[in-house]
Amino acid sequence: MNEKGIIFNIQKYAVHDGPGIRTTVFLKGCPLQCRWCHNPESQKSEIEPANGFRVRQFLTDTPVSAEEEENIGQIVSAAEMMKEIEKDILFFDESGGGVTFSGGEPLMQPEFLAALLSACKAKEIHTAVDTCGHVPWKSFEKIYAKTDLFLYDLKLMNDADHVKYTGVSNRLILENLMKLTKAGKKIRVRVPLIPGITDTRKNLDGLADFLTSSKEIHHIDLLPYNFLSSSKYTKLNQPNQLGHLEVQSEEFLGEIKQHFENSGFIVNVGG
Amino acid sequence: MSGDSMNERIKNLREQSLNAVPVLDHERAVLLTEFYKSGIPEKSSVPVTRALAFKYLLEHKRICINPGELIVGERGPAPKATPTYPELCIHSLQDLEILDSREKISFRVADETRRIYQDSIIPFWEGRSIRDRIFSEMDESWKAAYEAGIFTEFMEQRAPGHTVLGSKIYGKGMLDFIDEIQQQINNLDFFNDQSVWQKREEFRAMKIAAGALVEFAERHAQKARALAEREDNPSQQKELREIAITCERVPARAPRNFREALQYYWFVHLGVITELNTWDSFNPGRLDQHLYPFYKNGIEDDSLSEENARELLQAFWIKFNNQPAPPKVGVTAQESNTYTDFCLINLGGLKEDGSDAVNELSYLILDVIEEMRLLQPSSMVQLSKKNPDRFIKRALKIVKTGFGQPSIFNTDAIIQELIRQGKSVIDARNGGASGCVETGAFGKESYILTGYFNLVKILEITLNDGTDPLTGKQIGLKTGAAGEFKNFDDLLQAYEKQLNHFIDIKIKGNIIIERLYARCLPAPFMSLLIDDCIARGKDYNDGGARYNTSYIQGVGLGSITDSLAAIKYYVFDRKQISLQAFMEALQNDFSGHEELQRLLREAAPKYGNDNDYADDIMKQIFEIYYHAVDGRPNSKGGYFRINLLPTTSHVYFGSKVGATPDGRKAHKPLSEGISPVQGADQNGPTAVLKSAAKIDHIRTGGTLLNQKFTPQLLSDDNGIAKLAQLIRTYFRMDGHHIQFNVVTAETLRKAQAHPEEYRDLIVRVAGYSDYFVDLGRDLQDEIIARSEHAGY
Repeated sequence: MNEKGIIFNIQKYAVHDGPGIRTTVFLKGCPLQCRWCHNPESQKSEIEPANGFRVRQFLTDTPVSAEEEENIGQIVSAAEMMKEIEKDILFFDESGGGVTFSGGEPLMQPEFLAALLSACKAKEIHTAVDTCGHVPWKSFEKIYAKTDLFLYDLKLMNDADHVKYTGVSNRLILENLMKLTKAGKKIRVRVPLIPGITDTRKNLDGLADFLTSSKEIHHIDLLPYNFLSSSKYTKLNQPNQLGHLEVQSEEFLGEIKQHFENSGFIVNVGG
Repeated sequence: MSGDSMNERIKNLREQSLNAVPVLDHERAVLLTEFYKSGIPEKSSVPVTRALAFKYLLEHKRICINPGELIVGERGPAPKATPTYPELCIHSLQDLEILDSREKISFRVADETRRIYQDSIIPFWEGRSIRDRIFSEMDESWKAAYEAGIFTEFMEQRAPGHTVLGSKIYGKGMLDFIDEIQQQINNLDFFNDQSVWQKREEFRAMKIAAGALVEFAERHAQKARALAEREDNPSQQKELREIAITCERVPARAPRNFREALQYYWFVHLGVITELNTWDSFNPGRLDQHLYPFYKNGIEDDSLSEENARELLQAFWIKFNNQPAPPKVGVTAQESNTYTDFCLINLGGLKEDGSDAVNELSYLILDVIEEMRLLQPSSMVQLSKKNPDRFIKRALKIVKTGFGQPSIFNTDAIIQELIRQGKSVIDARNGGASGCVETGAFGKESYILTGYFNLVKILEITLNDGTDPLTGKQIGLKTGAAGEFKNFDDLLQAYEKQLNHFIDIKIKGNIIIERLYARCLPAPFMSLLIDDCIARGKDYNDGGARYNTSYIQGVGLGSITDSLAAIKYYVFDRKQISLQAFMEALQNDFSGHEELQRLLREAAPKYGNDNDYADDIMKQIFEIYYHAVDGRPNSKGGYFRINLLPTTSHVYFGSKVGATPDGRKAHKPLSEGISPVQGADQNGPTAVLKSAAKIDHIRTGGTLLNQKFTPQLLSDDNGIAKLAQLIRTYFRMDGHHIQFNVVTAETLRKAQAHPEEYRDLIVRVAGYSDYFVDLGRDLQDEIIARSEHAGY
């Protein structure tokens, strides 16, 4: 377990990232630049200056050094990571939980991710990979057999919109999803509901049609919009292109939920 | 649940209770003084004197039956009319003034009361009260440590109590106890038993006390009949006659139904809190277990409906709320204290055969807790691995409403704790927790909290070679100046020496105080109730109980751990800061050393993060404290034990400690219970629970862990289910107790700014809940600072 990777956070008692009580590990680097991204500090693959970001000591046995304190992202070995993950193993056992690898895009660091997944498998720890899907299939090939559950994010069905709002085409994303489905993997599709962008009738109908055609995908998590904090963008010297949007009403969320349920999906609001 | 399940009667009684203004009432003090001036005490043994005093109080106190009541009896002449206990401690005129005028936790004091106090109560009891006697018996080293804030002393204001009733009253009446005692008297062996006279006097006293309670109930019956005579409304008349019939039956004889069981308990409760002002208020303990046979029989033979039972329980709840904790003496205007008297109703857990004890009544009582939403009584659920998930989830749905109840206890840990202390398996399974979190064998044990112990002050004294830097007085041992410690172990050894020194002082004081109570203030009525006082012919305060435990409660575990971790890390491991530099920063309260303070607060290893570096130090401190106390004999045939709970002493203790190496400023509160230092836990609740579970809970008599959750984390069934799993996991690791404040820091800040709008906001303080607006500013700030786990 000498593989090393860059992570920028670990969240314990994560209760919305898969079954049970989970530890979510955030790997740094993302091929997308979604305008609604809540973690813009996750996008760059490299370690970057904190610029006033509060850096938390997330490896609980390893104190942060002075220079690390100034950075977003930390180089961590798979062994160190496993030590941290195993700390909550009793919580996983009690609740049917486990570990979720998120990001950023965890598949941007496929060797590191594969090492972690193998180690989890050896320890009988349930694993979930939260992916945007926009990585070469060969990266998926390195990890899918070792992964218990995929949390697969789908945003926009219209490719032009996808390019506009995330910076990339959705073609590879949809292809990879189909391949994973064919490989018989357990998948929960996660849809971030961005007001006026992804939560439109047209987009949701397109999503439902696409997913119905797969026949293997039954679970959908709808992630309601939360206010986007501009301060993170300011600290990173990036423009907040989304601007201010209103949070969706309970009623509206209920309607969307019903819509997917009518198409035969098991729907969960809030992940 | 809503107020809909409260009928008009209950709504009225509840309103009456909520609106009743706490009054300091002189009736008990006057009657007691009359009795002590009567000449009887000079002619009787001490136990008999105490029993006759008890009888005199119950014979002469005014009887109160409130309109519409189902369960009757008040401690004072009216709801929230609160007596004083001058045989324990005497309120000065200044105390009375402060109590009357202070903003929070006030008690109205009538001019007549002040006059009576001035003319008769104070002059008679001065020098005679147990408090005066305690202070005159304590030596200089005890007084110096006490004044420095190293420990507190529970028994200087309230009597030893700390016990909970078992099942015995539900099968026997007071007349049965009198028969039992008479048998014991008949069997006394005057030829071989050297303590035969003491036993006879104790038996006589118990008999008098039992008879006094029967007469007290009869006075209620008479009053109810008299009220019925004057009543025009036939249904009211009928109710009053039912009260009379109930009071004629219990406590004289065993209860036959649900209502009689509740009324019987209530008379017993009034007896205990009239005899003495015992620490923590007595309570029925495993209420769902004791009442279940009456409930089941009533439902089966149609004499009781679920609605009747609910109404009776609601009425019973209100009786507790009518009895505020008696106010302290020597109070300051700032010290707000609490109205809560620490009655902790236990639900769930295991039956004595080891099977799941949750029953329909457990759920019904949870409904009542949620509906009544009263400060008193407090409530908890015992959760065993054998209890169903729906039970804990039902309890968490009440927790979610944010009034701090019920707290959650690990039955399986409690049983192991009790067994380790030498209790039988059956006695352990019939036990539970009371007060804040204290483990006890209900009905069989006297488990006295003797005082809090300031683990952090010991470090301050150690770093100053035995001197208290706040006063400059040498009160500890000379264990070397800070600069002389070569390594961390040297420092820890010096700490251990100082700690043992002060524990010796505390225990010596405790032994003297135990004897003072045994000799001067026996409690024959309490002795009737707790096994094996009758079998042994020995008073509760003299070791009559089957088990006799004395606790010293450690405070500031998080603060002491983080302080030592910071020193070890920066001084001895990294050699980055010298201990002298540390001392200088502490002496200056970090003024001019802000960068160091920031480093200490943010970068040093902290307890509460599942960080072994810090947690291993916590374990070392635990072992030092445990070995200093556990297993040392008390004077009642039992042993000293430790537990880890603060109530609000972490605020007081903090006020007595200068700046600490964890970056805490002088006089700020210490960490509370076994919770991490406020804000030090950065890795979520699982990390806190992992750290806390590294304490060997089984070798304590209770630990207290506070967690604050935001409401959104519990907003849906998924949130409730995961919280239940979180708790189950903590309990798998033998965690003793956990409680939750479900309220946002923002809400609390608003309440602080606009108290008038948040009068009903109840929060979890320590082992109890209280109205947020009634708390002192420092404690309010402290609760806001306790880190809040938000939804991820």
